[in-house]
Amino acid sequence: MDWNFIIFSLVKIAVVVGVVQGMVAYSVLAERKISAWIQDRVGPNRAAPPFMKYIPVLGPFLTRLGIFQPLADGLKFMFKEDFTPAGVRKIYFWLAPAIAVVPAMLTVAVIPFGSQIGNQHMVIADLNVGILYTFGIVSLGVYGIVLAGYAANSKYPFFGGIRSSAQMISYEISMGMSIIPVLLIVGNLNLSQIINWQSTHGWLVMYAPISFVIFMVASFAETNRTPFDLPEAETELVGGYHTEYSSMKFALFFLAEYSNMVASSAMMVTLFFGGWSLPFFGLDHVAGPGSLGLGIAHILIFVAKLLFFMVLFIWVRWMFPRFRYDQLMDLGWRRFLPLALVNILITAVWLYLRS
Amino acid sequence: MAITVNRKPLSFWEKLYLPAIAGGLQVTIKHAYGSLFQGKQVTMEYPEQRWTLPQNYRGAPYLVKDQDGSTKCVSCQLCEFVCPPKAIRITPPGQDGQAADRANAEKMPKEFEINMLRCIYCGMCQEVCPEEAIFLQKDWSHIAHNRSEMIYNKEKLLALGGTHGGIQKWKHKLEEAKAQESFPVKV
Repeated sequence: MDWNFIIFSLVKIAVVVGVVQGMVAYSVLAERKISAWIQDRVGPNRAAPPFMKYIPVLGPFLTRLGIFQPLADGLKFMFKEDFTPAGVRKIYFWLAPAIAVVPAMLTVAVIPFGSQIGNQHMVIADLNVGILYTFGIVSLGVYGIVLAGYAANSKYPFFGGIRSSAQMISYEISMGMSIIPVLLIVGNLNLSQIINWQSTHGWLVMYAPISFVIFMVASFAETNRTPFDLPEAETELVGGYHTEYSSMKFALFFLAEYSNMVASSAMMVTLFFGGWSLPFFGLDHVAGPGSLGLGIAHILIFVAKLLFFMVLFIWVRWMFPRFRYDQLMDLGWRRFLPLALVNILITAVWLYLRS
Repeated sequence: MAITVNRKPLSFWEKLYLPAIAGGLQVTIKHAYGSLFQGKQVTMEYPEQRWTLPQNYRGAPYLVKDQDGSTKCVSCQLCEFVCPPKAIRITPPGQDGQAADRANAEKMPKEFEINMLRCIYCGMCQEVCPEEAIFLQKDWSHIAHNRSEMIYNKEKLLALGGTHGGIQKWKHKLEEAKAQESFPVKV
């Protein structure tokens, strides 16, 4: 029994899960704030604990920024009545939120969020099949939504579930195909190795830009974000798959959506934007056991890149109208799948000619 | 009959969506920049900022006093009678009740209540009042902890109404009468 490994792993898990949860809470705030700014509004600026008004400048500033809004939201979810409608299939109704959340949280396990601090690699599980693991887990997330749609025993959630499953099969394939050129170029499935390759050769987005575009669009669809938020589609399906849910179970779906966003952003950063590395200021090599500062800098770089993609996710949401059902299928099957296949072919030929 | 709409076929760039996406991002970021750094929000932050109401705005009806600080209402109960939602209730002083606090008036109401939950701000009370004692004023938000607090009594209505600097009907009549006593009549 390697106690060192167990203790450090537990610490890493606790920290990563905590950070992801915090990011989820505050990305909800960011969503509301950014949408407000884009729509010429102010956004949440009132919620504050009572003692805040006694702190001179900082208190009102933070309140206007809405920093305490997620706390209020969380509290509200806790104290709301957890209502179970009469006609639902109870077991699946209870199971669905859990099935939605767990894969979303599991995905971050293989993401290297930093290089090294001391002797510890900043990744929870340094799997050799990192990407395959991610894809396997991510596609499980859809079952939560489908199950929620089925369990609610009501027409709108049912439509949401059906749409979600149709969306999944049309995007999962293109998403998987879009990654293959990356794997061809790097020759490794381990995410840490992919980042190491990028730190010496340059970011993969320059080698495989089409892969990146397909992957990004597919991850928008994967996380059910606008323009592909068909399973939710407030304007058409009331609330989509979570129409019948309330209180903490509803919050779990929210948590799942935003955790998925974090995970997809992390995947994009890792696969195409060099993960924790930056090509200048000597930030591109793995931090040794002695250089604590460099290790922390790497984590900060990773988080900064991650936040950029999170903002992009939110920004795009307030810009696009929703795709129609058939347009989505069209885009998935008739545009991205052939494009991804051609992309694989071109990359393979290019690699063959170069070697 | 179905109408065929002639749509132009999309060009290659339009089919790619990408220029449209770039354009959309540009528009949204312009708005975000405007509301973040140039203060171009259209939101009015309500309790702190309020509308400037037009001069003839018809808000809640309050009782007013004249310039001498005496109650104008003479408890004639016309407003109570005319009020469409029956929001007004007047308790007259009765046979040996309190006398009016001004000249040229027999009585004043013992109690004058307006239920602000019922009031529809129609302005009929103002229109019907012979003494010009009740006016629709600019208040439009009433806040209370319970329903009984929303029934405003005479004291509260008079305090909220303030003095109305308009015509003092009876003062004017008095001056007219005095003028008539001397001859020749000057009007």
